Amino acid sequence: MPADSLFRQLPTDAGLLSIEFDGQTLQVPAGVSLAAALLASGVRRSRSTPVNGSPRAPYCMMGVCFECLVEVDGVPNCQACLLPVAPGLRVRSQHGARSLSPASALEEHHDDA
Amino acid sequence: MQKTEIMVIGGGLAGMAVAYGLARLGRQVSVLDEGDTALRAARSNFGLLWVQGKGYGMPAYARWTLQSVALWPQLARLLLDDTGIEVHLRQPGGFQLCLSDAEMAEESRRLCWLKDALDGDYPFELLDPAALRKRLPGVGPQVVGACYSPLDGHVNPLKLLRALHAACQTRGVTLLNGRRVSGIAQRGEGFEIASGDQRWHSERLVLAAGLGNRELGALLGQPVPVQPSRGQILVTERLEPFLHYPTSTVRQTDEGTVQLGDSAESVGFDDGTSSAVMADIAGRAVRCFPRLANVRLVRAWGALRVLSPDGAPIYQALPGAPGASLLSCHSGVTLAAAHALRLAPWIAGEQALPEISPFDLQRFTTPAEVRHAS
Repeated sequence: MPADSLFRQLPTDAGLLSIEFDGQTLQVPAGVSLAAALLASGVRRSRSTPVNGSPRAPYCMMGVCFECLVEVDGVPNCQACLLPVAPGLRVRSQHGARSLSPASALEEHHDDA
Repeated sequence: MQKTEIMVIGGGLAGMAVAYGLARLGRQVSVLDEGDTALRAARSNFGLLWVQGKGYGMPAYARWTLQSVALWPQLARLLLDDTGIEVHLRQPGGFQLCLSDAEMAEESRRLCWLKDALDGDYPFELLDPAALRKRLPGVGPQVVGACYSPLDGHVNPLKLLRALHAACQTRGVTLLNGRRVSGIAQRGEGFEIASGDQRWHSERLVLAAGLGNRELGALLGQPVPVQPSRGQILVTERLEPFLHYPTSTVRQTDEGTVQLGDSAESVGFDDGTSSAVMADIAGRAVRCFPRLANVRLVRAWGALRVLSPDGAPIYQALPGAPGASLLSCHSGVTLAAAHALRLAPWIAGEQALPEISPFDLQRFTTPAEVRHAS
């Protein structure tokens, strides 16, 4: 859950917009990455690792470390540092490895194709 | 000058497995490793313990492979005891998925040949699509069948390399990193090895430097006929476990990522990637497992296999350099157990190993008919 932010937002004319993180509405600066927006909002835990379940938050901010994985609008394992914020994004913490759709549904889809 | 009983050149899977085996025998071992500019096949391989199809045309290679996978549980236990590192060995059997009747026929033909050559001691099953889908749910409709060998398996190859390094250090092996060997000279009863200004003297020498064995062999006047064969590998994001068996082209690792691979190109020493080959690999993986279609890829790389003219390993006590042994192989993961627990005692001079005589260098220069007749 968001707490006091460890970061201070520089003055900007870009204004604020609303996103949702784990069901809570956040007012975040426009024109920044989703990872920056989460950190600016005081989010300190945005995923748990698939390997040992330990908590993580955005780290490298440049697409390399994969610590900032979140689910965005239903799509799992999105790198938040590579996505610009947009009004109404529905973001959820990424817990562990993503699941796959049941094979049968996809196979049927392929059979139809 | 520093002295060591046995110097191993090459800190990859081949060199470290042998160094570990020698250290377990109480030998004093040092390992010279080139460094991060080396080609480093051990850091880029697929992690299969693969039996099926190997040794087609050369039954000795099939038997040697069988011996190694049978020894693998012992190696994994020894490494765990020495280091606490679990290398995630799993030997549930493996599948070769076929996407055309021609592929299925060719794979079947090779496996039948091997079964005959090994007097029937070579288990495998040929599965039609219905039987396959029961064993491997999620296989796509374009898969026409599969070969299953109960002897195949896989391991985390990076954890294996780390475990071998840690185990060697625990057992007193001296690891010398960042040393590219620039000279080898025979001196009395041993060898003087140079890297830049530094010199080491060893009684015995093991050349286990992958494709680097070409240059090392040349320093001792011994041509080593190994060539690079590039494989490209793609890695997906981490997924919940869905694939509980290795296949020859797709395997899910212990930490959830899925590796896709098994391309082969002759492009010299270029270990890069190409979009056409990556697209082929990804396309085949999706035809095998359609649910991979919407999965992200997070990494890709190219790596160079170390291939002899017949694809089998080379084990040779160098005739012109007594005390020097040559070890070149492609399957450093599959053969790690045989290298540590069988080849090392042979290199140490403690054990005869008649089953490796077919892997000598002479086979590349002697006409095949003569060899088979002898």
